Amino acid sequence: MNNSIATWMHKRQKVRLLALLAAPGLWLVVAYLGALGALLVTAFFTIDNFTGDTIPGFNLGNFHDMVSDPAYRNVMFRTLGIALSVTLICSAIAIPMAFFMAKVAKPRNQKFLVALVLTPLWASYLVKIYAWRSMLEPGTGVIDWLLSPLGIHSPGFGGPAIIIGLSYLWLPYMILPIYAGLERLPNSLLDASGDLGARNFYTFRKVVLPLIFPSLVAGSMFTFSLSLGDYITAQIIGGKLQMLGNVVYQNFSINLPFAATIATIPITIMALYLWLVRRTGALASL
Amino acid sequence: MTLSNRARYALASLMGVGLAFIYIPLSVVVINSFNASRTFSWPPTGLSLKWWSKAIANTGVRQALGWSVAAGLSATAIALLLGTCLAFAVSRYEFFGKEVISLLVVLPISLPGVVTGIALSNAFTKQLGISTSLLTVIIGHATFCIVVVYNNALARLRRMGTSLQEASMDLGANGFTTFRLITLPNLASALFAGGLLAFGLSFDEIVVTTFTAGPGIQTLPIWIYDNLFRPNQAPVVNVVAATLVVFSLIPIYLSQWLSQDSTSGGRF
Amino acid sequence: MRNARLLSQIAVASAVAIILAGCSSSTTSSTTAAKSSPPKIDAMKSLGAGEGQVNIVAWGGYVESGANDPKVNWVSDFEKSTGCKVNVKVGSTSDEMVALMKTGQYDVVSASGDASLRLIYGGDVAPVNTSLIPNYADVFPGLKDQAWNSVDGVAYGVPHGRGANLLVYNTDIVKPAPTSWGSVFDANSPYKGKITAYDSAIYIADAALYLMKSQPSLGIKYPYALDQKQFDAAVALLKVQKPLIGEYWSDYLKHVASLKSGGTVLGTTWQANINLALSEGVKVNGIKPVEGSTGWSDTWMISSKAKNPNCGYMWMDHIISPSANAAVAEWFGEAPSNAKACDMTADKNFCTTFHAADAAYWTDVYYWNTATETCLDGRTDVKCVPYSEWVKAWSSLRNA
Repeated sequence: MNNSIATWMHKRQKVRLLALLAAPGLWLVVAYLGALGALLVTAFFTIDNFTGDTIPGFNLGNFHDMVSDPAYRNVMFRTLGIALSVTLICSAIAIPMAFFMAKVAKPRNQKFLVALVLTPLWASYLVKIYAWRSMLEPGTGVIDWLLSPLGIHSPGFGGPAIIIGLSYLWLPYMILPIYAGLERLPNSLLDASGDLGARNFYTFRKVVLPLIFPSLVAGSMFTFSLSLGDYITAQIIGGKLQMLGNVVYQNFSINLPFAATIATIPITIMALYLWLVRRTGALASL
Repeated sequence: MTLSNRARYALASLMGVGLAFIYIPLSVVVINSFNASRTFSWPPTGLSLKWWSKAIANTGVRQALGWSVAAGLSATAIALLLGTCLAFAVSRYEFFGKEVISLLVVLPISLPGVVTGIALSNAFTKQLGISTSLLTVIIGHATFCIVVVYNNALARLRRMGTSLQEASMDLGANGFTTFRLITLPNLASALFAGGLLAFGLSFDEIVVTTFTAGPGIQTLPIWIYDNLFRPNQAPVVNVVAATLVVFSLIPIYLSQWLSQDSTSGGRF
Repeated sequence: MRNARLLSQIAVASAVAIILAGCSSSTTSSTTAAKSSPPKIDAMKSLGAGEGQVNIVAWGGYVESGANDPKVNWVSDFEKSTGCKVNVKVGSTSDEMVALMKTGQYDVVSASGDASLRLIYGGDVAPVNTSLIPNYADVFPGLKDQAWNSVDGVAYGVPHGRGANLLVYNTDIVKPAPTSWGSVFDANSPYKGKITAYDSAIYIADAALYLMKSQPSLGIKYPYALDQKQFDAAVALLKVQKPLIGEYWSDYLKHVASLKSGGTVLGTTWQANINLALSEGVKVNGIKPVEGSTGWSDTWMISSKAKNPNCGYMWMDHIISPSANAAVAEWFGEAPSNAKACDMTADKNFCTTFHAADAAYWTDVYYWNTATETCLDGRTDVKCVPYSEWVKAWSSLRNA
């Protein structure tokens, strides 16, 4: 019986494909895309000024408000800048660490190092950001306490603090894919480059970097997009600064249409980002 | 591989700096769990075990942990099922919409959590009239967990190729037997790595959870969010976090041990 | 070519999404524009048997079952005596609470004044038959039938507790001691960069309150009823204030930590924060300035769609009973609403510190209220700026 179903299925490619695709396809298209679509449609709605209930219709007023107020342009560029900085900082820290883990450390230590890098993923997000509050507190924080003899002072709460905090949160998500990418890279390739007379850095730039680029992109999916949507870090260590997520969060329950309008900004940015990533071909190996 | 000593030392010291960056704030968490001050003032003026005894007496944490584990395991199970199906479809077949579906699966993790959160909350409560509950949390979590399982499974399937499967079929095994004896064992470590990451993502998720959790459902991050801003509770949160870090070593150790066993390490 | 294929796929996918969105959004209830009276909903006539559970939306610390601290528990007794199991969802902002109540899944909410009117006019909460709540009789008269918890003399909830938004300053640094809110709006303040303000659109009312006293020509009568001109003046004042601010605060742990570290030396605060800072050895003082202050008074309200109305009523009676009201007031740090609660607090000076029974103290405290298009101060010749615009203005101000 089992056998006959299996044979039947094997002969019918389309049936098998349909069986495989039905559940995830329905889930992603209906549950996720449907919800997202419903939200985006709401951006054209208005609200009852008294109760905050949404009134369906077609109205570009929210988009007009968003475009005409320079504050939203500011917060968009600020958020974009933060997300890009976090991605760059994470790559800069992650590449040498991952390289050391994959290619320099003894195999026995490799596992241990991976575990060390993974550990902070399990400490709560909020607790880690609060720890950074203790670290960054100007004058009385851990950074000033440790480093002020060296003349280094905490940047205080604000943009730099947000960048540091988010880089801290997402660093493991950058290290892991790069490590995995490097681990797959045969040592012989690097040796060959060395044998052919290439210096370390040249080998890195010409051989390693192009090969781990897809991993770098995979990591940036996390660092860039998670930073782009964050609002809690900004609340806790952002001082006076806000990010796009804060604006969406503030408006969400009182004015859903306007929150949806603001939400189109990160959606557009991510769509562009995914499109760029796809052009590099890195999405295929993601 | 051959690297000059200078390069080795440079890399080793960068590794050290990186680990310091990771571990100094974590040790601040651990030290603060003994900090007598209720507002984590630094350096601690006194050390105390009172937060630890309070945390042990705290049944809210244990309940929250239960919710988190339930949500995490269910979301991971759904993600494993859907992610693997999708990975098979994308790696083994050609079909209309293949590219868009491979974009679509990345979307939930790449769009801000607050967007996913309000979209789902809006869809559940306003459009469909479904009450939020643990189920809605699981649906929300599974949506962004699919991608990590999918990524791991897809990478493995591509590397595996189809030759082993074909050999098995040629030798007379049917599709199910081949899957059970050939494909699945080869896929296992990738699925485990993906599942672990999915569980981790779900376990520490706040934003989507905030928007989709029903009455009485308080996952651990939500418990932390509700309590971190309260003077009598905040230090207890540090104890919980310190404990989590210690306990986290168990699944990490497990995953390392498991991937050591298999022929090639998990993707993550 | 590849792009063209992808585009066609995206087109199909978005078509599906739009169709789904279109089908579903037609079910959204459509409401007419600004109403002058809330929808007609009847209050409960008589109390029946409990339903076995009650779903509550509350501020953190309002519903404690001993899970966080075994000594802090006013839920277990209630569950035991009524058989109503308490399921609580902690709301972190008023906006979130309104959104939660709109889902119809919750029976009871502890609504602050910036949420209560929205709930009343949105038809999300029902009038309360106070005769079914015996403890209501002991509530301070100054809290009953107020603008944020009743409409045209119909009560929509029972008062829970109250607090004033005070002016806090570091007594070592800020000299001479401030007496006016002007100190946090002074562009030439010597404490520039060390001033704090509450991080919510409702803070616009604090600026309006200051203008109400300092610029009588604007004609502000009530900080929550601002016409466009008055509103613009308040927002302009907040723009002047922004460079002075070191940090805006919304969670009080962060706020107290900042007071302790010296990052904040002057700004707006709650009594509970001052007590906490003092207990941590910070030299601060909190005053109600000459202009008076804004404040908050929370109200327990019952959903118009409550599935467990009897348990909901029992909860509302229980939470304002002298012992529960005293316990929650001390745990959270606010003035209790039940006059008899003052005899039951662990700290005998508690009610004095929090001015619970001091009616005169509260006369110039303007409790949070939801601004609506219909001016709340009774003006009919102008339209006032509704709260959704306050939120937009606040987003804009914070990111300008």
